[in-house]
Amino acid sequence: MKKLETFGIKPHDASLKADGEKWSIMEKLLLGLTLDQYIGQAIRNKLNWFFAIIFAIGIPVIIYRFIFSLGAVTHASYDYPWGLFLGFGLFCMVPLSASGFMLGTTVEVFGRHDFEPIERLALLNGLLGYFFAVVYLLVDLGQPWRLSYPMVYSFGPAAVLFLVGWHVATYLSVQVAEVSTAFFEWIGFQRGYDFIRKGTIGLTVAGIILSTLHQGALGALFLYAPGKVHPLWYSAPFQWILFFISSIPAGLCMVICVSTIVIHTMKWRCDKRFIDNLDWITIALAKGSAMGLITYLIMKFIAIAHDNEWAYFFTGWGAWWWFEILGFVILPLVILSYGIHNKLVGLCRIGAFLTVLGILLNRLNTALITFNWQLYQEIPHYLEFVIAITIFAIYVATYRFILARLPILYKFRSQAEE
Amino acid sequence: MSKITRRKFLAASAAGGTAIMMAPTKKAFAAGSFEGFPDGMGVLVDLTRCVGCRTCEAACNKEQKLPEPALPFDDYSVFDEIHHGNQKRRTTDKAYTIVNRYDLKDSDEPLYRKIQCNHCNEPACLTSCFVNAYTKTPEGAVIYNSHVCVGCRNCMIACPFHIPAYTYHSVLNPVIKKCIFCYDTRLKEGRPPACVESCPQQVMTFGKRKDLMVIAHERIKKNPDKYIDHVYGEKEVGGTGWFYISSAPFEEAGFDVHLPKKPIIDNVKDFLAIVPVVLTVWPALFTGFHLLATKGKSHGHGDDHSHDEQEGH
Ligand code: SF4
Ligand code: SF4
Ligand code: SF4
Repeated sequence: MKKLETFGIKPHDASLKADGEKWSIMEKLLLGLTLDQYIGQAIRNKLNWFFAIIFAIGIPVIIYRFIFSLGAVTHASYDYPWGLFLGFGLFCMVPLSASGFMLGTTVEVFGRHDFEPIERLALLNGLLGYFFAVVYLLVDLGQPWRLSYPMVYSFGPAAVLFLVGWHVATYLSVQVAEVSTAFFEWIGFQRGYDFIRKGTIGLTVAGIILSTLHQGALGALFLYAPGKVHPLWYSAPFQWILFFISSIPAGLCMVICVSTIVIHTMKWRCDKRFIDNLDWITIALAKGSAMGLITYLIMKFIAIAHDNEWAYFFTGWGAWWWFEILGFVILPLVILSYGIHNKLVGLCRIGAFLTVLGILLNRLNTALITFNWQLYQEIPHYLEFVIAITIFAIYVATYRFILARLPILYKFRSQAEE
Repeated sequence: MSKITRRKFLAASAAGGTAIMMAPTKKAFAAGSFEGFPDGMGVLVDLTRCVGCRTCEAACNKEQKLPEPALPFDDYSVFDEIHHGNQKRRTTDKAYTIVNRYDLKDSDEPLYRKIQCNHCNEPACLTSCFVNAYTKTPEGAVIYNSHVCVGCRNCMIACPFHIPAYTYHSVLNPVIKKCIFCYDTRLKEGRPPACVESCPQQVMTFGKRKDLMVIAHERIKKNPDKYIDHVYGEKEVGGTGWFYISSAPFEEAGFDVHLPKKPIIDNVKDFLAIVPVVLTVWPALFTGFHLLATKGKSHGHGDDHSHDEQEGH
């Protein structure tokens, strides 16, 4: 794909071609290549082979799950009703997708339009993350075809999951609306673009509300299980705050990670505005993450002090807790601070990467690893890993497909500007 | 960005959004003050009387039309079964009740304990379910409606006694399975459950929960040497419909003695309480921020960075 110019083709970035003709949808989809050229470059790309192998193994397993039941691909555990699909797919994907509302707020609410080059990437990251969290959920639910029941048929309004369900559904629509501006530009539907653009501030504020609540609610879900989640990862008054606060660095660092990957692998698609601004934006995002992380760290200790759980520090679980905090909260915090102070973009990226890993570890610790700490530990069925990895690969492939086409990393030059 | 949009948004969020999203909280608080139905039935289980004959397991199997077990009910080797390294048997989708044996520290005689749903006054399974599949009936049973269950298994996460099980191996209609106090076949008509009736040792006494509680305390008072002075289930997680008296400390019989005295839902209330606050304060707060941050600047989008440039052309 990098070799697009070897075909003598400039990627599609405006509604009209250089010679004044309109792009057809087919040309847009094929990035301006002919079908043969497109297939040829797709086959040469090693990443596509990698995906092909994963899909060849994973998609049949997903089909297998729907034909032969959940019991066929999991341990069918009564003590661990939630396995990797929710532990990773829901509890990790959602915080890592908090980026949409964070940058939406920065740009639209605080009027920091200098962050605009990254805004759409953050919005897309949010949309795809949530969407695939729902995909994981559909694989995990016993009767996924009843997904809409809590919305339309039978209400359990005292349940935290009810709130999560409603909010994720509403927020997903908000995000679809937010990202649709890019899509409308791409297909050339100016009226739709204008319509959504007018409602941006409303959508953004709705996003903040919904995000605050459901990021917190994911934490609050575990409040139903005092005694099952290890006390170091459980705190009745603070759980939702911890989950919410940690979603801030999670979302921001995820954007840093994605933009890092993108600038190294899809530079052809980034416009000058994106490339030139990325360094200072990365450092600014790192700053936000560092502030979020330090708040999170302090809250962690307040929660432990509040419940007076110091004694657990000296147990095996305590050591594991320190591993998480030292390695994946304090260390990235130090790296980020050093990187920000000395304007070292690379270091900020390493810090961001560690932070993302830290969020993964924290959510998996809460949902799976320390869950049932008084009973026994369970390693999920290997097919659960296969399915989880496959869905993640579909997520990455979709992400890449959209980034290569829609005006996310580049700014669409409209007819009027030419 | 026109002002109308902003105002419209505020109005919409105040009316629609808040109404929908605040409903949960009100209901939850209502549920929180619920103490169980005053005339609900219960069962007093006297662990000192149980000999581990497993007759109740067989009776439940028959009454609930459950599949035949791998080992017959008179096979006592099941008491030696250990799962996952250190776990005794638990309730499953094929066994709503099971009896386990516990070796005691200060006695050569083991203690047997029957495990089934405790029919909590304020059930965690019920409050955690987002489609309200569970009902606490006025008779005291906690029953479940398989027709609305989505299969999220949050109730299994929530139940402090590890009771609900799931028919994972069903493709088209996986459901939760648990003891239902023989509601359909017996309790509704005021009759005692099958397991209670079948017991040759009269381990279980069926009656109104509040009457049984008096009996439990009387038994302990009359035989202070025999019983430890605790009725497990009187206060635990807000009180349970089935409760226990024992000769040995409850932890030795595998009970979780660290459970909170308050209903599980109480833990979640701090969070539910912030929901209306966020819904009402956030829109005003952030719209205010927006106005402050963009004051003096051209509204909406900066000239040179804007996506909307074309609008001006
Ligand atoms: S014991 Fe568990 S399943 Fe039974 S009512 Fe209580 S919370 Fe629900
Ligand atoms: S598994 Fe079914 S009954 Fe249990 S919480 Fe989910 S929807 Fe409710
Ligand atoms: S009450 Fe009925 S369903 Fe429950 S354990 Fe006894 S026999 Fe089984």
